[in-house]
Amino acid sequence: MATVSMTVNGKAVSGNVEPRTLLVQFLRENLRLTGTHVGCDTSQCGACVVHVDGKAVKSCTLLALSCDGSDVVTIEGLAHDGKLHPMQEAFREHHGLQCGYCTPGMIMSAIDIVNRKGNALDEHTIREELEGNICRCTGYHNIVKAVEAGAAAMGGKAMPMAAE
Amino acid sequence: MYEFKYHRATSARQAANLLVKADDAKLLAGGHTLLPTMKQRLASPANIIDLGKVAELKGIEIKGKTIVIGAMTTHAEVANSAAVQAHLPGLAALAEGIGDPQVRHKGTIGGSVANNDPSADYPAGLVALGATIVTNKRKIAADDFFQGMFATALGEGEMIVKIIFPIASRFAYAKFPNPASRYALVGVAVARKGASVRVAVTGAGENGVFRWADAEKALGAKFSAKSVEALKASAKGLNGDMHASADYRAHLIGVMAKRAVMAATAK
Repeated sequence: MATVSMTVNGKAVSGNVEPRTLLVQFLRENLRLTGTHVGCDTSQCGACVVHVDGKAVKSCTLLALSCDGSDVVTIEGLAHDGKLHPMQEAFREHHGLQCGYCTPGMIMSAIDIVNRKGNALDEHTIREELEGNICRCTGYHNIVKAVEAGAAAMGGKAMPMAAE
Repeated sequence: MYEFKYHRATSARQAANLLVKADDAKLLAGGHTLLPTMKQRLASPANIIDLGKVAELKGIEIKGKTIVIGAMTTHAEVANSAAVQAHLPGLAALAEGIGDPQVRHKGTIGGSVANNDPSADYPAGLVALGATIVTNKRKIAADDFFQGMFATALGEGEMIVKIIFPIASRFAYAKFPNPASRYALVGVAVARKGASVRVAVTGAGENGVFRWADAEKALGAKFSAKSVEALKASAKGLNGDMHASADYRAHLIGVMAKRAVMAATAK
């Protein structure tokens, strides 16, 4: 066993882990942060996406020990004082989910896209950039709308309402 | 994944020493090939040497007429580098096309090159540009480095430190990605430097990356998309599998070569 320490959602945490422990296992099983999901477990589906040192990564393909000293943000770290993050709010408003399994990864990836590409995202860019996130229910249409609206809202613009 | 002993390297020299001393040791770069392989129990090294904190192996710099990229530089860092975009935009585009955004945040150039996956993008780029792979022991020309499927010139205790790319006046890479895996079914890199033209093909060959001599000759005479249009790549020695037959791959080599030349001559 080895000791690993990192910051998760702003809090200093540490734990004893086997070297083969993946970051996603450490988050889910040691810290009980079960919002980060394991989908394919082969770094394809993106259900496990979290931010490590400000960048979206697939936590099923990272050793927890490799993240020693890192700053990690999971889906649980987005809402503050009972208020959803603008990207979460956009997914709710635009019905960007059905079963919800891929949603935490989708939202973490969407915020990463905004961090890299800015607040004005067109549909083509969003679809290209979501290449590493797979949803098996929605057909992506509402996810793309949600990301576009969430990106604008993160820039301080009022959230466009979903068309009914 | 089977158990292993974990070592966090703090310098390239220490990592190289550990690689020799530790029994059955593997270097961990971005881990996006090694960890999935270990999960499937296709690999079970006794010792893992993590290069993630070795700062000296990261970075991109212009040195004379070359771009030098540290082994632990990620695909995203190469794709977004102002230096690479200015001097070898085709190489930035190649890196931008690897995997997906999350994979590009972790996957490294050194890891990809050392792994030499027969469908990986970088081997074609390195061979077309005539890059030099610098290890902790020596310098190896790309032509001599890639030695078949997952096989390289790297010896025991040898690790890639950096890769030197000569700046070509024209360079581009075009690939036809497998619609599911996004790995290259066929990828072709074309580079022109002075009178020399090099064309390298990945994804297609039974022995990994190879040069396409006919295209080099035709493009050497006239560097335009028309020069490759008349050529037909041979299907001999190409892969045929459930994704594409050898004949179809041969056809794609011509199409991708043409697209690469068009991209290389676009401005």
